[in-house]
Amino acid sequence: MSNSPDFNHLKKVTSQVRRDIVRMVHACQSGHPGGSLGCTEYLVLLYFHVMKYKLPFTMEGKGEDMFFLSNGHISPVWYSVLSHAGFFDKKELGTFRQINSRLQGHPATEEDLPGIRVASGSLGQGLSVGIGAALSKKLDKDDKLVYVLMGDGEQQEGQVWEAVMFAGSKKVDNLIATIDYNGQQIDGPTEEVNPLGDLKAKYEAFGWEVITSDGNNIEELAAAFDKAKSLTGKGKPVLNLMTTVMGKGVDFMEGTHKWHGIAPNDEQLAEALNQLEETLGDY
Amino acid sequence: MATKYTFTEKKDTRSGFGDGLTELGRTNPNVVALCADLVGSLKMADFIKENPDRFVQTGIAEANMMGIAAGLATAGKIPFTGTFANFSTGRVYDQIRQSIAYSEKNVKVCASHAGVTLGEDGATHQILEDMGMMKMLPNFTVINPCDYNQTKAATIAIADYEGPVYLRFGRPKWPIFTDPNQKFEIGKALKLIEGTDVTIFATGHLVWKAIEAEAILQEQGISAEVINIHTIKPLDEKAILASVAKTGCAVSAEEHQMAGGLGESIASTLARNDMKPLEIVAVNDQFGESGKPEELLDKYGLSTENIVEKAKKAIQRKNS
Repeated sequence: MSNSPDFNHLKKVTSQVRRDIVRMVHACQSGHPGGSLGCTEYLVLLYFHVMKYKLPFTMEGKGEDMFFLSNGHISPVWYSVLSHAGFFDKKELGTFRQINSRLQGHPATEEDLPGIRVASGSLGQGLSVGIGAALSKKLDKDDKLVYVLMGDGEQQEGQVWEAVMFAGSKKVDNLIATIDYNGQQIDGPTEEVNPLGDLKAKYEAFGWEVITSDGNNIEELAAAFDKAKSLTGKGKPVLNLMTTVMGKGVDFMEGTHKWHGIAPNDEQLAEALNQLEETLGDY
Repeated sequence: MATKYTFTEKKDTRSGFGDGLTELGRTNPNVVALCADLVGSLKMADFIKENPDRFVQTGIAEANMMGIAAGLATAGKIPFTGTFANFSTGRVYDQIRQSIAYSEKNVKVCASHAGVTLGEDGATHQILEDMGMMKMLPNFTVINPCDYNQTKAATIAIADYEGPVYLRFGRPKWPIFTDPNQKFEIGKALKLIEGTDVTIFATGHLVWKAIEAEAILQEQGISAEVINIHTIKPLDEKAILASVAKTGCAVSAEEHQMAGGLGESIASTLARNDMKPLEIVAVNDQFGESGKPEELLDKYGLSTENIVEKAKKAIQRKNS
C-alpha cells in the first residue's frame, strides 16, 4: 500500500493547476478547459503520489510506471502537472498552443517535451499504446505499471473495444485504465449524442476488473488508486470508472459541454481566478 | 529472349519476409512480431515457433495492433506488424499517422499481398494506393523489394534502422534473380543493366518485367538501362538524375496507382531538376479484379510489353 498522501499539499497543487489551465487557455484563446479541470485531481495524484518515475524523463521508462493520455485534448492539465512535477520549467506553460512551442495543442513527441511518449488527439488510440507498453514490461520482467486515461466520449471509437477485448482476453494485468466519466462531449451530453450504456458491465464482460470512484474527491480517488493497484497482477486489466464534473472548480464552467473546447474571455478569466487560490505561484 | 539475369527458382516475396523475420528472431532479442490473424499468409510460423513470447496475436483488429506496436516501440522493442497491405495502410492510416509516424515510433509495418498480383481475391484486397499513402507520411521510409532474396535482406536491414518503415511485398511466386547474400542498403537505387537510350526505373515485382523488357528492346537495337528502385522513400534522386542525364528519357514501372506512385515521385524529381520525357507504367485510376496474376498484369497495363512500348514512346519523345 502507498504511504498516506499529504492531502493538504495535493489540494494546493490542484488549485494551482486549475489556475494554470484557465490562464493557459485564456492566453492563446483556444484549448479545452472543461475536461482539463475535471481531471485535475487524477493527474495531480498520479504524478505527486501514485506513480514511481525518475527524472530526467526517458522515453523507454524502464523500471518506472508509465502514463499515456488517450484524450489528448486535455493537454493543459497534463502540461501544468508535468511542469509542477519537475519535467520542465513552468514558465514554458505560457507558450501553450503558440508558434515554436513544445506545448502543442494536443500532446506530441516531435518537440521532445519531457513526459510525452506518444502523440494523442485523434481519439481512441491510447489504450492500445498502453497495452503495448504493458506487454513490453512483461517481456522485460519489469513489475511497474502502465496507466492510461481515456475520455468517456472516446468510448464511442471502435479501436477502444479492440483494445478492451485484447487486454481482457490476453490478461494484460499490469495495466490500470481510467475513464473520465463526465457525461459530456462536444455536441452535448453523451446520453444524447450516443449513449454509452453500462460501461462497468461492458468492461466486466470483456474480462476486466472494474472499480468506480469520484474523480473530484481527492481522498476517495487516492483510495481508488490503492484499490486499483491491489487488483493488478491477478490476470485481469483494471478499469477505474471515474466520475468527474467537467469544468470542476470554476462554477460557471461546471457540468456543461459548452466549456469543452472554448476559452474564457478577460472577464471570465478574472471570475475564474477569483475562485482558484494561487498556491504555488503563477507561471 | 535472352535476359541478362536468369533464375532457377520462383518464390513468393512474403516468404522472404518470413525467413528474414525468423533470422531476426535468432539475432535480435528486441524484435517482436505482431499479426492480425494472418500468420500463414505472412509466413510468420517459424518466428512464432522459436519465439512464442515475442509474438502478439491481436486477432482481426488492425487498429489495435498498430497501437500496441507503438507502445512496444515506446518501451524499446522493435515491433514488426504483419498483415495484408490494404489492412496495413488504408484501414489504419490514422493510427499509423498519429501513434507511429508523428510519434516517431520505431515500428516496421510489413505488408503482404500488395497489388493486383494477389490475384483471385479481387479488388477489395488488391491495394494499389498504399505506397502513395505511406510516402506522404513524414518520418516514414517506404520499401518495395523485387524478389525473395531482396525481401529477406530488406527485412533484416530495417531492424537496424531506427524509425518507422513500410515494407511492401506480395503473394505470387516470382523469379529469384538477386544475390542471396546481398546487403540491403535503404535508399540506394541499384543499377541492374547499363544502357544508353532509355532508363527503366522499376520497383517490386515489375523489376523482373523490366529485365524482360530490356531483352526485347536489345533485340530491336535499343539499349535500355534498368534500375531497381527498391526504396520509394527516401528516393535516390541522385541515381535517377545521373541515369537520365545519360539516357535522356525514362520509363517507370510499378504495381500501383499512377497517382501517388513511383512514377509521380520520379516525375517530381525530373521536373524540379532536369526535365526529360518520362512514361509511366502503372494502374491508371482503376480498381483491380479477380484473375490470375499474369492475366491481371496484362489487363491493367503492367506487362513486359507495356514497358517495351512505353520505352519506345519515351525515346520517340526525346528525339522529336
